[in-house]
Amino acid sequence: MEKINNTQQQHTAPNNFIHHQHAHCESGVTANLLQHYGIPITEPMAFGIGAGLFFGHLPFLKVSGTPGSTFRTWPGAIFKRVTQRLGVNIHTENFRTPEKAMLALDETLITNTPVGMLSSVFYLPYLPEAFRFHFNAHNLVVYGKENGNYLVSDPVMENVSTIAPEDLAKARFAKGTPEPKGYMYYVKEVPATVDFAKAVQQGIKQTCFMMLSPPVPWFGNKAIFFLAKKIKQYPAKLTPRKASLYLGNIIRMQEEIGTGGAGFRYLYAAFLQEAAQLLKRDDLQVYSEELTKIGDDWRNFAYHAARLMKDRKTDLVSYDELSQLLITCGEKEKDFFKRMNKLQW
Amino acid sequence: MKINEVPQDPKDFKEGDKLRKLVYAVDSEGKYTGVNSAGWDAENTALKQAWDAVDEALSETEAKVRSGELSPIAYFMQKNLMDLPLLAKYIGKWKWQVRRHMKPAVFEKMDPTLLQAYAKVFNITVDELNSFGKDK
Repeated sequence: MEKINNTQQQHTAPNNFIHHQHAHCESGVTANLLQHYGIPITEPMAFGIGAGLFFGHLPFLKVSGTPGSTFRTWPGAIFKRVTQRLGVNIHTENFRTPEKAMLALDETLITNTPVGMLSSVFYLPYLPEAFRFHFNAHNLVVYGKENGNYLVSDPVMENVSTIAPEDLAKARFAKGTPEPKGYMYYVKEVPATVDFAKAVQQGIKQTCFMMLSPPVPWFGNKAIFFLAKKIKQYPAKLTPRKASLYLGNIIRMQEEIGTGGAGFRYLYAAFLQEAAQLLKRDDLQVYSEELTKIGDDWRNFAYHAARLMKDRKTDLVSYDELSQLLITCGEKEKDFFKRMNKLQW
Repeated sequence: MKINEVPQDPKDFKEGDKLRKLVYAVDSEGKYTGVNSAGWDAENTALKQAWDAVDEALSETEAKVRSGELSPIAYFMQKNLMDLPLLAKYIGKWKWQVRRHMKPAVFEKMDPTLLQAYAKVFNITVDELNSFGKDK
């Protein structure tokens, strides 16, 4: 009798969810959720299988007045792709009103299911103020409710946090671009065995495709050259202050919390290394080392961009040199993905 | 990036030092691991610059509210890091309507329900909204 009670308690206690800190929110949530169901997946693995690596520069999409740049794929894609590729059955849902969204969350938590969701970092009081901008595509896991507050596993945090219901509702229904609309997701069923080899292969193929094939200048490898061209024009087209803010935004997208360094390039190199060991393929290890070096080039670009940003001088030569550093990154990555695309499986 | 190259430059503004993020670096045998980092000077400067721009614009707007050029709505919009399109979405009005509400004369005669709605979006009381810029 006692024994039965014990096991029951174990199953209803929300604390059996194990929080791990990760570099990036979505691949971190994906790894934490799948690990909860016994699938041994690391963050780099989730990022690679989910084809998280990308590049985009969208001058027409202004985020607080500065053109948007991204080093990762669109929100929601990583979790969907990883679960699809590993044959994990998931549930995803959007809501019209905060009331319905919070009710659905409570109902799911009662079944002792950790729930992933999109949120706006601006409305997450447990985050330090320095990071709280209107960024609406932040992923976190709610794994329980205690004394009226929700228990949060936010992968970018070292430890778990709590949040009041009204704050969480605000974060889930933030307005702007994109709008989370209470988007939540959870794992319904996991297969007895998962085929990592196949999933790794699909992830690598998709990343190569996304980097090499977009026919427009704003996405993929082409966008790196596009941004380089824009940077070259900054001194002629922008005031020193604007140019400095534009550069600052690129650096933040590349290096700020969530990328693991060098705009996700190190995270992806870590994935390639793990894939090399898993599939016993030395060629992937060579690719990993190569991407680490390319990552160092990106860091070098950010270092020089920051120096230029501090100076606020529209010195033509320096912007030219900065543009050239970016072109180097672009050319090396173009060659890298072209070769990786031809890998035999 | 090697483990010993992971920068540990503190983010000493707006509680930025309360979080040590995870980055990926290689150890002496070339194996990738996650390492905690306090921050990197390049990235800290970029983030600080973004906040300085916000604070600068905010104090300019505060002066305009105090001199009677703009209503407190303009101030709290910026304080909440919003722009006109975003605030209009939150309040459920057209942009031109919100722009009108930033005129002190219009603000003075504003409907209490609408005032309440603005206060809720800004996470303050109606009193705080009304009285801002009127002291001293």
